[in-house]
Amino acid sequence: MRSSETELKGLMIAALSGDERAYRELLGRVTRLLRGYYKNRLVQATRGAADAEDLVQETLMALHARRDTYDPAQPFTPWLYAIARYKLIDHYRRTPGHRANVPIDDVADIVAHDDQSSSESSLDLDRLLDELPSKFRTAIRRVKLEGLSVAETAAREGLSESAVKVNVHRGMKALATLIARGRKS
Amino acid sequence: MRTDDLVNMLSTNLDAVDWRGISRRILGGAALGAILALVVMMLLFGARTDVFDLRAWIFVGIKFAFAGAIIGLSLAYLLRIARPSGEKRVSLTLIALPFVLAFVVLAVSLAMAPPADWRTMIFGQHWLLCITCIPLNAIFPFAAIVFVMRQFGAPTHLAQAGALAGLAGGSISAVVYALHCTDDSLAFVALWYGLTIGLCAVVGALLGPRLLHW
Repeated sequence: MRSSETELKGLMIAALSGDERAYRELLGRVTRLLRGYYKNRLVQATRGAADAEDLVQETLMALHARRDTYDPAQPFTPWLYAIARYKLIDHYRRTPGHRANVPIDDVADIVAHDDQSSSESSLDLDRLLDELPSKFRTAIRRVKLEGLSVAETAAREGLSESAVKVNVHRGMKALATLIARGRKS
Repeated sequence: MRTDDLVNMLSTNLDAVDWRGISRRILGGAALGAILALVVMMLLFGARTDVFDLRAWIFVGIKFAFAGAIIGLSLAYLLRIARPSGEKRVSLTLIALPFVLAFVVLAVSLAMAPPADWRTMIFGQHWLLCITCIPLNAIFPFAAIVFVMRQFGAPTHLAQAGALAGLAGGSISAVVYALHCTDDSLAFVALWYGLTIGLCAVVGALLGPRLLHW
């Protein structure tokens, strides 16, 4: 199933205003696009596709943490593609022994591959969470993993709702940075 | 970690976000940096002594117009380049235009004057102060913009993003310096203002990949 620019853009705009279902749907589609894109690129660069799923997840995390940089007046696919390409170049740079060789290609490229195979990365979420400051870790566990509402979490942790929101937001950003940095070594 | 689990985690209890925030913050950062540069400039050197003279404001106006055009352009482009794929909507030709114009002004004003005057036209009284003050004071707006970009932006062309931050910093600093500067020859403004602002952009481009990585 191919996703059109119009569909993706519509889902993204809904997601920006907090539509959970639209976002879940969008990330599902984006995952398949990214997986196809990275496998294709890594094979072309004769690196093997083993790192593809790590890159998919790192990109999803970065996309999530910086989703407010999407300008609804602009098309969605180039935005997604720019992040994907940025993360790929970064990956090439930190993997020694290979020259970064990222061909300049058009946006059509990312929608050309759609890979539905389900996969697992080498990232360990629990270990990553352990590296976060405890207030971020707790907020993410309650709100994002256990699915408790912000209000419930606030009551349980003795915090204001806005403090919980801020902790989740900053924690997710820190997590994205951690994944990007962690994969460097 | 399974990718499905990650998607699940990311979309659970999704928060609404303000996509205009990054633009607002960049402009806020630039304004804050400008105020800092202004305060430092006024405390250290003060305004030109004839600041209340209407004639002086003609020259200040010329300097404002030159540096102001670059401020406007670089800020407009910064708002674009702060977002992924924004570099596609940045025109390097348009950015080069004020500098080409400055070069033409320099060439024409020198050509029209007798060579004996060139020295005074070019070096004025305080060219050294000019080329020191503008880059140094540019650090405030540059740092403020870089801070905002690091925290909230997602540029995908780091050298260009750094260059634009440098350009904004340099031109903001030039406007501030114009309040003090009494070297009013067109050749002086075109050469030293143009060079120092250009230098800030080059330094920004070199620092960009290091400072703006995310």
